Formats: sequence, C-alpha cells, structure tokens
Amino acid sequence: MSTMTDKIMTARKAVDTFIKDGDQIALGGFTVNRNPMHIIREIIRRKKNRLYLVVHSHGQGMELLIGAGCVERIELAYGGVARFAPTGYLFKKAFKDKTIEVEDYSNYQMTLRFMAGAMGLPFIATKSGLESDIVRKFGFSPQMRGKGKIPEHKLKVIDDPINENGGKVVVLPPLNPDVALIHAQYAGEKGTIRINGLSFADIEQAKAAKTVIVSCEEVVPEDYIRRDPDRNSLAHFIVDAIVPAPFGAHPTACHMYYDYDPNHLNYFKKVAQDQDSFNRYLDEWVYPFETMEDYLTKVGFKDLLKIKANSALGYAPGLDRR
Amino acid sequence: MEPYTASEIMALTAGSFVQNNDILFAGTGLSMLAATVAKRIHAPDAIVFFETGGIDPSLAELPLAVADPRVMVGTSVNSCLADALSILGHPKFRTIAFLGAAQIDCYGNLNSTMLGTYENPEQRFPGSGGACDAASLAYGIIVFMQHEYRRFVKRLDYFTSPGWLSGYNSRQEAGFLRGGPMAVVTNLGVLKFDDITKMMYLDQYYPFTDPETIASKTGFDLDISRAKKCSPPKEDELKILRQEVDPQRLILGPI
Repeated sequence: MSTMTDKIMTARKAVDTFIKDGDQIALGGFTVNRNPMHIIREIIRRKKNRLYLVVHSHGQGMELLIGAGCVERIELAYGGVARFAPTGYLFKKAFKDKTIEVEDYSNYQMTLRFMAGAMGLPFIATKSGLESDIVRKFGFSPQMRGKGKIPEHKLKVIDDPINENGGKVVVLPPLNPDVALIHAQYAGEKGTIRINGLSFADIEQAKAAKTVIVSCEEVVPEDYIRRDPDRNSLAHFIVDAIVPAPFGAHPTACHMYYDYDPNHLNYFKKVAQDQDSFNRYLDEWVYPFETMEDYLTKVGFKDLLKIKANSALGYAPGLDRR
Repeated sequence: MEPYTASEIMALTAGSFVQNNDILFAGTGLSMLAATVAKRIHAPDAIVFFETGGIDPSLAELPLAVADPRVMVGTSVNSCLADALSILGHPKFRTIAFLGAAQIDCYGNLNSTMLGTYENPEQRFPGSGGACDAASLAYGIIVFMQHEYRRFVKRLDYFTSPGWLSGYNSRQEAGFLRGGPMAVVTNLGVLKFDDITKMMYLDQYYPFTDPETIASKTGFDLDISRAKKCSPPKEDELKILRQEVDPQRLILGPI
C-alpha cells in the first residue's frame, strides 16, 4: 500500500515554498495545450516578479505572466497562442516597449538545451540556425552575459570538432531552470507522472530543473499508476510538488479531458489589446479565485461541457472554434 | 469575382507539390490545409507530422494549432518535440516543410521574428518556433506568403530561417547537409528558384492577376520571363477543401 505523501499540496503552498522572485522557470505545454494555468494564476496572485522564463513555444500562460508584470526576461523560440493570437499580444507589447528582455532561439535548439541540461551535458550541437540571425544577433546585452542563470554565450558557431568534413555546427548552452511547471493528466500519490497525448518538451524540462511542480487532473493511488508503468512519463522522485487541479490547464487543452476554450481565448484576445482591459481581466479571472472550484464556478458548467473531451477522441468534436 | 478565394487556390496549389510518399512537416494555418487537402486528393500515403510530436494523425477535424489535441488522434506515435524535430533532418526521409513568414528575400531566406532591431524594435512576430529548424534540416521547404511589396524585401530585418542564403552554392558551403526552398506560394502565384543562381523567379501566376502586377508587388527585381498562367482550381478539389477539410472555414476565411 502506498501512502499519501507530503508532496500533495495546494497551488499556494507550492508557489510559496518553491518559487522565488527572479527564478528561472520552464513552462510546460505548448501554445494552446497543457499550460500549467492554475499554478501560473497563483504565481500572479502571489505577485512574484523578475521571473526569467525559458520556453520553446508558449503560450497562454506566458501571455498571462507577461501581462501581469511577473516577467523580466525570456529565452524562447515562439510567443503566440496559435490562431487566437498569432503573436501573443502581451508578449508583442512588452517586446516593443522593452519591458522584457528577449533572446530568440528555435524550438529544436530550446528542446536540445533542456535535454542537455537533463543529461548533464556541457553543451549540445546542431546544424539548425547556421548563418541566421539567431546565431548572429543578441537580445541580452553583453554586460548581462554570465550573470546569474544567463549563459556566458547565447551559443557559438564552431567547426565540427569530430568530423573534419562536417563543416560548421551551432553549439548551445544547457538549461537547468530553477523550477519546471508541468500540467499532467495523472500523478501517483508519490509523484509518478503520466502525461497523455504529446509530452512536448515537458519531460526534458522536468528532468533539467532543480524543482518540479506538477499540477494534475487527477491524483491516483501510486500502486494504480504503477500497474501500467510503460505509460508513465516521470519517475516519482523527480517531482517535488503535486497540485491537484482538475481543469488546471483551462483555457488551454488537456488531451482526453478537455479541449481549448475558444470562447475564453477569443475573449482574452480582446482584453489583451490594452493594459487597462487586461488588468480588469486579472481582477475578474485571476485575483478572486484561489481554488479550482471557485475558478470553475466562474467559467461555468455550460462552457465546461462544451469543451469536455470525447473519450474516444480526446477533444470536443464539433466544438465551435471560430 | 472568381469562384474561389486566394486562400483556396493557395492551399490547393501548395498541396499539388506533395508527392505520395512525402513526409510533411505542417505548421498552422494554410500549411495545415495544404497538407490535409493533398492527402485527400492525390497523396493519401503522404505522412503529416507536427513539431509537437503528433506523427501521422487522422486529421478528422482540422487542427488550429500544432499543439491542438486534434493532432494527437489516430497517430502512429504520440511523442514530443525532440522526436518530431529529429525526423526533419533524417537523411532517410524526404521531409517537406510548409512555412509562413513575415518577410522573404530573393533567395528565400525568411523573417518570422521582428521588424527593427532588439535595440529599436518596430514590430514583433512570434519567432522561429520550428521554422528555422525545418529550413535548416528538412529535404525542402515550401513557403506561404502574402504577396506584398513590404514582405518581398531586398534585405530582411531579421534573418530567422535559412533559404538559399546568398545563392549559388552558399547554402552547402555554410555547412548545411541538404534542404533549401522549393517554391513560394503566394496569394498571386507560385515562385521558384533558379537551379544555378538560386534566385527567385515567377513560375506561375493565378488566372486573376498578371506577371507585371506581381513584379510591382515584389521589393526586389523579379524574373517574370518564365511565368505561365496557372489553371483555376478544379471543382471537385474545391469541394473537398470546402466540405471535408475546412467546413467551418477556420483557416480559409470568408468567401
């Protein structure tokens, strides 16, 4: 028999215990899918600031954190919420107003960097990006380089050190974030994690991070999740905090549980256009609701039923996504 | 008024480049349509995969994002970014990537990152995502563009994704193992790249426009001497696109 562990906690306790101002944070999920929204909203409620985000393609969660003024710098490959915001409005504004510092990479490069961090590699090489401005231009100032978690070099282009005829390669610094935030479908009581559908780079992010917070649709008995270990994604001892959060990725999707919420994302698109209306969004949707129960009451039954996933398909067929 | 829209002819034209055994790297928007419609019309065995890790999904409903849960259904494998992006450059596979961009130059190099500079930013786009990876590693890329003077530029504000670099053998000399843009599909026509110089030329123009108009909307000198008029989309193909692929006109937009 497995026993309940002290890893299971509220979003408030997880954020208070594990997230400090200035931390480097990897956000799990991808644009409109499995963003750890419940934890992100708690980070905003706890007014964490100067956060240093490291992501591949984000996403609704990144938009919220930037808009709420929690973010100081970002290393990323892509900032958008798919068709609802081809470029994230709050990301775009913060970039143009220079209220955040941004360093651009590609998705593969960011994924390889998490992987290198997870594997303890000093650097990792790819052919992706040769001759581009990704290898030639720098968003972070030279004075900042090498300070705190900012790598000494964004990357370097070198001759293939192994194969004489290999030509140039791009070598990238590893990432070891202070915290990885993941939203998963299942967590065992001891922390074994199961992600259904695509895992994006969540597994690499979690393995690379010093601290891992996982919110989940369901906490299940550890012996239950271990009956089918082939389907599990992360070993229990990698995870530091489990936050039960049904619909915890809303308004982004969670495969087999719910679709993305077009109503909410279209509404968000409108409010994200200016800071005043975005602040009202925070007052309406973020600050008042510390628990998922209260938040979901606000979303309402009707909209939750609309996005409820069909258990054969994993999404909501016929959902009006205009 | 034509009986089809620019986005419809773009999706069908881009789809026609797909061969039956191609492995297609699809992004959002029109590229999703082109890949999906090609599979339904003439390339049923073409494999569509997404950088997020959805490998060969059934695509019963049109995904709106590469991370849409609709890319996770009926797949051969549900995996992850590391897995999907490593397929791109695999020498065993003819991987074709569909990409869009804010700016393109005469060698098919792309900008999807910004206008202006980091110091003096004028406009921000989402960034590379997997575009730079696809342009660097895939067997070939097909680019979607809105054909506007400000988008077909002499010099990119930011060089996100490598095309033919500065033409001739420069791509190979830079250290790339393969790849390069095969075609640019715009709302006015199809552009290709000269075998030797790797410079863009007009290959086809849609029935509702002409080569001179296209040249006037291109910010660099465009060779229009090889241009042919493209035939209009076939009715049965339009029907598949409208009724099966994008019935809600989520990507096609209003008629």
